[in-house]
Amino acid sequence: MRAYAGLFRRELLLAVRQGGEIGLVLGFFVLAVVLFPLGVGPEAEVLRRIGAGIVWVAALLAAVLSLDRLFAADYADGTLDLLALSAMPLEGVAAAKCAAHWATTGLPLTLISPCLAALVDLEAQATVLLALGLLIGTPALSLLGAIVAALTLGARRPGILSSLLVLPLYLPVLIFGAGAVEAGIAGTGARPHLLLLGAVTVAALPLAPVAAAAALRQALD
Amino acid sequence: MVFVGLDVGVPAGGALVLTGPNGSGKSSLLRLLALLLLPAAGEIRWGPLRVADDPAEYRRRLHYAGHLDAIKPSLAVEETLALWAATRDATQPHVEAALAAFGLDGLRDLPCRWLSAGQRRRLALARLLAAPAPLWLLDEPTASLDADGEARLMAALAAHRAEGGRVVIATHQRLALPDAAALSLEPFAAGAAAAPSDPVAGF
Repeated sequence: MRAYAGLFRRELLLAVRQGGEIGLVLGFFVLAVVLFPLGVGPEAEVLRRIGAGIVWVAALLAAVLSLDRLFAADYADGTLDLLALSAMPLEGVAAAKCAAHWATTGLPLTLISPCLAALVDLEAQATVLLALGLLIGTPALSLLGAIVAALTLGARRPGILSSLLVLPLYLPVLIFGAGAVEAGIAGTGARPHLLLLGAVTVAALPLAPVAAAAALRQALD
Repeated sequence: MVFVGLDVGVPAGGALVLTGPNGSGKSSLLRLLALLLLPAAGEIRWGPLRVADDPAEYRRRLHYAGHLDAIKPSLAVEETLALWAATRDATQPHVEAALAAFGLDGLRDLPCRWLSAGQRRRLALARLLAAPAPLWLLDEPTASLDADGEARLMAALAAHRAEGGRVVIATHQRLALPDAAALSLEPFAAGAAAAPSDPVAGF
């Protein structure tokens, strides 16, 4: 367990120290949401209808933006070699990295989402559903993202390739996450959407680290 | 295929120096021994045990120091060692001893972005001591080290071997390693006439 705690702590330290990467992702998230009212016009009616979708899409893009932080630097500077020789199996390494990635992207995104919900004029209930959905769904973004980040190691343009590969994987998260808020507004019950969103995360939790570890082995060999 | 027909062992306290021209497979052999590459044929044994049967146990026994230093610019020298020792699940980290052994005492709180190439190398090598392991795999460990750094490495190697540790070093330099076995990889290059047996390594 010491090994996992050590790796998690190391990832957090790096994320906090390396040029405010958390701030960059959050800044992108906020800016992307702010752009929409400028693009579609300031009518509160329109914004309220598409608001949840806007915030979710922005969260997805912000998550994609942060994916290269997961493995690319460690692959380039030889850290991944050492991690492969650590006391943890590579599956455990991938899981610990996903946990740290979520703590430095998904969690802060969730925490500032109520402010952005106010920006697109969501009501209190819809705001709660949005934040709850993000809390349940963002771990899946880190987990699914880890698979793609590991697969694209060594690719020539990993940034563009990984966004092309990962966005389709994010579709269920987007559909159920935005769906929960919409259902809440329409009064048809957000619970099934949130449960399905939870199912995506729960399924990704054991499977994604295994898939990511397999991809990492490929990259090291 | 890089090499074929290789059969080599390292006894307790022994050292094996890998030599050969560029591209002869020194680094590849070290990565094979570290299980970072999978052999096309053949096996690695630890005593009577096949490493492939319990790779996790074998990994715990070895240190690999490759060409890349695996150093993050934003972490301090001591943090780099301590956090790495933690990922090895080292119960009793020897970070202090490792810093002293490679002359990094005065740099402990310095972010690694300020380190020179030689200092980075010293830090990478200090990992060998921060979490003890019986087998060291070193790829050109003296690259960019000064005379003092090289002397410190030699002292660490001597102490390691005196305790029964084993070491495999790929190098182009003449290192003062008493009783070291030398292995030139040139005769085993794939394509050269070589014994038709499977490559085997044992410890």
